[in-house]
Amino acid sequence: MLAHVADRLRPAPWPGRLARALDLHEFQGKELFRRFGIPVSEGRLATSPDEARAAAEELEGPVVVKAQVLTGGRGKAGGIKLADTPADAQARAGEILGMDIRGHKVDKVWVERASDIAREYYLSIAFDRSAKRPLFMFTTQGGIDIEEVAASSPDALVRLHVDPLEGFHPWHARRLVYQAGVEDPAEQKQIVSIIGKLYETFVGCEALLCEINPLVVTTDGEVRALDSKFTVDDNALFRHGDVAEMRDVDAADPLEALAREKGVTYVKLDGDVGVLGNGAGLTMATVDVVTFVGGQPADFCDLGGGGDAQGVVDALEVITKDPQVSAIFFNIFGGITRCDEVARGILQALEQMAIELPIVVRLDGTNAEEGRRLLREADASNLHTEATMLDGARRAVELAA
Amino acid sequence: MAILVNRATRLVVQGLTGSEGRFHGLRNREHGTQVVAGVTPGKGGQDVEGIPIFDTVAAAVSDTDANTAMVFVPAAFAADAMYEAIDAGAGTIICITEGVPTHEMLRIHAYVHARDVRLIGPNCPGVLSPEQANVGIIPAEIFREGSVGLVSRSGTLTYQIGHELTQLGLGNSTIVGIGGDPVVGSSFVDMLTLFEADPQTEQVVMVGEIGGDEEEKAAAFIEAEMSKPVVAYIAGFTAPAGKTMGHAGAIISGSAGTAQAKKDALEARGIRVGTTPTETARLVAELIHA
Repeated sequence: MLAHVADRLRPAPWPGRLARALDLHEFQGKELFRRFGIPVSEGRLATSPDEARAAAEELEGPVVVKAQVLTGGRGKAGGIKLADTPADAQARAGEILGMDIRGHKVDKVWVERASDIAREYYLSIAFDRSAKRPLFMFTTQGGIDIEEVAASSPDALVRLHVDPLEGFHPWHARRLVYQAGVEDPAEQKQIVSIIGKLYETFVGCEALLCEINPLVVTTDGEVRALDSKFTVDDNALFRHGDVAEMRDVDAADPLEALAREKGVTYVKLDGDVGVLGNGAGLTMATVDVVTFVGGQPADFCDLGGGGDAQGVVDALEVITKDPQVSAIFFNIFGGITRCDEVARGILQALEQMAIELPIVVRLDGTNAEEGRRLLREADASNLHTEATMLDGARRAVELAA
Repeated sequence: MAILVNRATRLVVQGLTGSEGRFHGLRNREHGTQVVAGVTPGKGGQDVEGIPIFDTVAAAVSDTDANTAMVFVPAAFAADAMYEAIDAGAGTIICITEGVPTHEMLRIHAYVHARDVRLIGPNCPGVLSPEQANVGIIPAEIFREGSVGLVSRSGTLTYQIGHELTQLGLGNSTIVGIGGDPVVGSSFVDMLTLFEADPQTEQVVMVGEIGGDEEEKAAAFIEAEMSKPVVAYIAGFTAPAGKTMGHAGAIISGSAGTAQAKKDALEARGIRVGTTPTETARLVAELIHA
């Protein structure tokens, strides 16, 4: 059986602050595994049923057709299917392509040589934020819900931190394997080797997570990674060009993709008050306050540290593309960001884009006086200035109603 | 008094010749900070408005007795700059740079904690002790001197809350931005420890946000170790539920990381949590006027 991958919903890390992470597709993670010497099954990527058929012909024998989407629960959703023949692979790919799995549309499948599985284990290395160290986790009870294993039989899940300065030593791998109770010597040897290579992968790609679930033992006694969950640190991508290219821009929300292209930090929410702040903390607090005074934020948009006029224009372009937005709230506290620059950006955007939506602006901090003067003198009927964050939020919520 | 930076601070700015480093380094000097040196490899012997530039931090420290380093270099070089400052004997290092890779920070965190050195940041606005010294990018003009210690993971949100305090007539001993990244040199607990020991500080405001479990650790610390009252604010209550790939994250984290979980952890230990920045400032005022 294939793994029951049931990722659960967890609080969202905000971009620009906590997320700074790139999730990779299974086939991309496996490609990285392969480069670092971790055994994976041979496979091909297909974006049409015909391609899936051709892939199955090349691979020969039974294959597994797997939806490539950046979410868990693919198996349960019917996104993973076995195919005995190329014609079968074509038919299964036809069923899977175009499916919606938890809001993710399937536009590609991974066609992989099927494995005869004797046992399923779980192996991962992840960035442990609390301990500030990488953490290995290994159990022979893989394939089933691993969070359930962690909760119900914690001793079965072996955990081992690695000192980031000392790095990996072979004893780490031996300890994991013996403590988890792997008994077959040939199996022990293979897993010890895979654990070392997984650490090399983790460090070599500057990953935040490398998870293999399941790590399978085939009926021939071979150990292999049958799936991958791979997350890479955005901040390190500048020196991993090959990984950076793996970003699936088609998988992102279109507004979020536009924002990324423009260098704007933007998260789409469901309300009607467009929120724009400078700095992740203040922007988060602004979204909270808009909610607190009874409104519904349409987005989280962080101008960031610099916040020049062009940045403001770009941000407004993204926000106003959302048809749900009926008022915009600018909450700016100038530090590095200069309020006069923000005001110039707002006026420039009004000239270029003919925005008719009401815009509430609250400016404080560096050059706030100058910024407020510029806005006042512009005398635009849809521009409203407020003195405090709370009043600004209230006004924007009123105007959106 | 105050913590981390004061009149005795002698600052070396790594990256003083860059446009941002120059702008903020000079602003820090205007506030009264003793900015004694700058470091830019290859520009030793030059000066920025009378501040001598050195090729290495070691030379700057040896010539000027600098005791504090501010890192203002691009992310790709920031880790190197931090190691250099540690090695040169700067006892306090404040890294403003945003975007330092997490793996670098894991190593630096371990390196720093094995030594007698204090690292603030990265990805932080710096440290301000009003009327004494300003190291970083915090706009000093919105704060005044006083008894409230302020520690925050955010930059602009710190200004917001500081501004609200000022408007209520309250001042600060020191404002510390510890940085917004998952791995930073100093934690809330580290800063609360310093505030507890600082005679000028009488109350503390802690500004947290979603993610990680540092606020939860701080809650336990405040209950067990602190005599001074602490008021908290947490940003991110309305953050939408999102996705994290894989299971490891869910298994590792002891806390849900949500704003609500943090608020609950704090309130369970008797620490008051403001709903908005405005209310948070009011809670501090109530403490003082009670």
